Amino acid sequence: MKNRGFSPFRFLTYLLVIGAYAALQVLQARSELSATMRGMLVPICAYVVMAVSLNLTVGVLGELSLGHAGFMSVGAFLGTSTAIALQDRIPVAGVRLAVALVVAAIFAAVAGFLIGIPVLRLNGDYLAIVTLAFGEIIKAIFNNLYLGVDAKGVHVSLLEDATNTAETGRLIIQGPMGIGGIQKISTFTAGFVLIMISLIVIFNLVNSRAGRAIMAIRDNPIAAQSVGVNVVKYKMMAFVVSAALAGSAGALFAMNYSTVVANKFDFNTSILILVFVVLGGLGNMFGSIVAAAVLTILPEALRPIAEYRMLLYAVLLILMMLIANHPFVRGLFNRFKRTGQIQLEAGADETEGEVA
Amino acid sequence: MNFIIQFVNSLTSGGGGYQLLNHIINGISLGSVYAIIALGYTMVYGIAKMLNFAHGDVIMVGAYVCFYAFNAMKLPEPLAMCAPLLAVCAAVVVCTLLGVGIEKLAYKPLRAAPSLAVLITAIGVSYFLQNAALLLWSSSPKVFPSFFVIRTTDADGESVVLRSVQLGAVSISYVTIVTIVSCVVIMLWLTWFTGRTKMGKAMRACSEDKAAAQLMGIDVNATISLTFAIGSGLAAIAGALLCSAYPNLVPTTGSMPGIKAFTAAVFGGIGSIPGAFLGGLLLGVLEIFAKAYISVQLSDAVVFAVLIVVLLVKPTGLLGRAIREKV
Repeated sequence: MKNRGFSPFRFLTYLLVIGAYAALQVLQARSELSATMRGMLVPICAYVVMAVSLNLTVGVLGELSLGHAGFMSVGAFLGTSTAIALQDRIPVAGVRLAVALVVAAIFAAVAGFLIGIPVLRLNGDYLAIVTLAFGEIIKAIFNNLYLGVDAKGVHVSLLEDATNTAETGRLIIQGPMGIGGIQKISTFTAGFVLIMISLIVIFNLVNSRAGRAIMAIRDNPIAAQSVGVNVVKYKMMAFVVSAALAGSAGALFAMNYSTVVANKFDFNTSILILVFVVLGGLGNMFGSIVAAAVLTILPEALRPIAEYRMLLYAVLLILMMLIANHPFVRGLFNRFKRTGQIQLEAGADETEGEVA
Repeated sequence: MNFIIQFVNSLTSGGGGYQLLNHIINGISLGSVYAIIALGYTMVYGIAKMLNFAHGDVIMVGAYVCFYAFNAMKLPEPLAMCAPLLAVCAAVVVCTLLGVGIEKLAYKPLRAAPSLAVLITAIGVSYFLQNAALLLWSSSPKVFPSFFVIRTTDADGESVVLRSVQLGAVSISYVTIVTIVSCVVIMLWLTWFTGRTKMGKAMRACSEDKAAAQLMGIDVNATISLTFAIGSGLAAIAGALLCSAYPNLVPTTGSMPGIKAFTAAVFGGIGSIPGAFLGGLLLGVLEIFAKAYISVQLSDAVVFAVLIVVLLVKPTGLLGRAIREKV
């Protein structure tokens, strides 16, 4: 059995993130980054956190989730609302951002727990379809949610604005209009810190007793149960941690823009993040980070060919999967792995068929 | 005929009853479209064990082909009645070829690959079809022609266009009738095909155990291609029916019905043909009811919530077979 997620390249991963951060900071200081690139730094950070957190569910726990954007949505809306509500109380933007990210993580974790109760009873494709369903439900709810804050407290209503928010207060979430007038307090440094925290959390979880239990469940749930692993507990642990990190990523993402709407976090976003995870390699955090960064930049880099870029993106996606799974290429990878020199593709081993 | 009208009248004597019956008919009509799409999903899943996310986009391609074929056709008067049928046939042919082509190019090389790799490839194909449609046919919505109408002349000799038939207090549009009838016909044909014909039996054998089927002399690759061909052909029909009822055609038209039909297939028990039929119908009725009685905006949420509850009570769907895990 190969220990997927139990990567010896843990420190390489930290080094990559720190190195990339330092390099980009230097480039930014010497103003050698284009405006588009600068605008993409925070979204890249958010997508990297989304990818590593989904990798915890899909790669380490081995359950396919098609609703990860739902947790991002919870974090984005409730984290941003918190930041707006606290705008006067906490004047320092950095502290406010930190508080918002923590609140977002807590709400997303609660959502993850509530969703986990029914979801984790199911297996395989049925679990996948239920996560998809929850993603759509969360989208529908935030599309119709009104949330106002005034001196009397927080008011919430569904479908129409019945919050009766006082004139002095502020209607923060406005149904299908989402949240408008957000102060852009997300910074690249905050994104970097969030990535580092996510990596520390995930690597420490994966390399702990709990992490080994989670991977045992992935490899064979019945065997794991028979040696006394509490399947529900550890599945829930992985799912909730994954949701919490996705929530913070959502808040970070949302506060990089002036408006946020629920339709941004739809099925396509969930799929996009799943693409990062699968291309990066299941259980391979290093791969997820690289895939998330490259695939977020790729459509922008392809901009010169304008309307053909998404078509090319699709073709590249198909070709990458075809090449990575070509018998010849897989044989090559496996040979590298056997000599123990280079571990190129953690997702290409035999146990993977059990995942979906 | 008279007793049907009387029965309908008795049902519809109250205002609420009339509404209810209308909702049921609309629901069954929408559900029939979902069912046709779900049949494609479920057959492909049953045999190739893959979630073909590009299925929804094949619907969209079918609808576009149908649209252009219908507009390009200039048939002389007595043959004009056949134009919709010919357009749908053109769409079926194009989509069948498209489905087989996709399978050959994108999915076949991945037969031995992990299922997530196949899933991502299917997503890639879906992106490809959507963006190709965007380039070919632009993002501006096309208004789908009203196919299923009867053109006749009234008492004064003026030509009129009939869109619906009046049954007592309930008016049923021809689109609805055609949709429901085609769904039932397709369902019956598929049941006969998979149960009685040699190719259908080969299909079931492959979905049961590919290796054993091959040993019995069944050409597994040809059978999988055939499944994709049938699924995609059905998607073309579904596209034409969907756009006749909701005539707004854009490159993303297929994605939401695709997701809904996918949930319908799971709802009924994925891999099961009667399950897809039942799941599709129930999902359609549920959606229309949620729109009518709960909230238009929250209808999707209600549908998905019901799906979750059903899966919790019956984790393999309504008609799905429970597979016991061996230790």
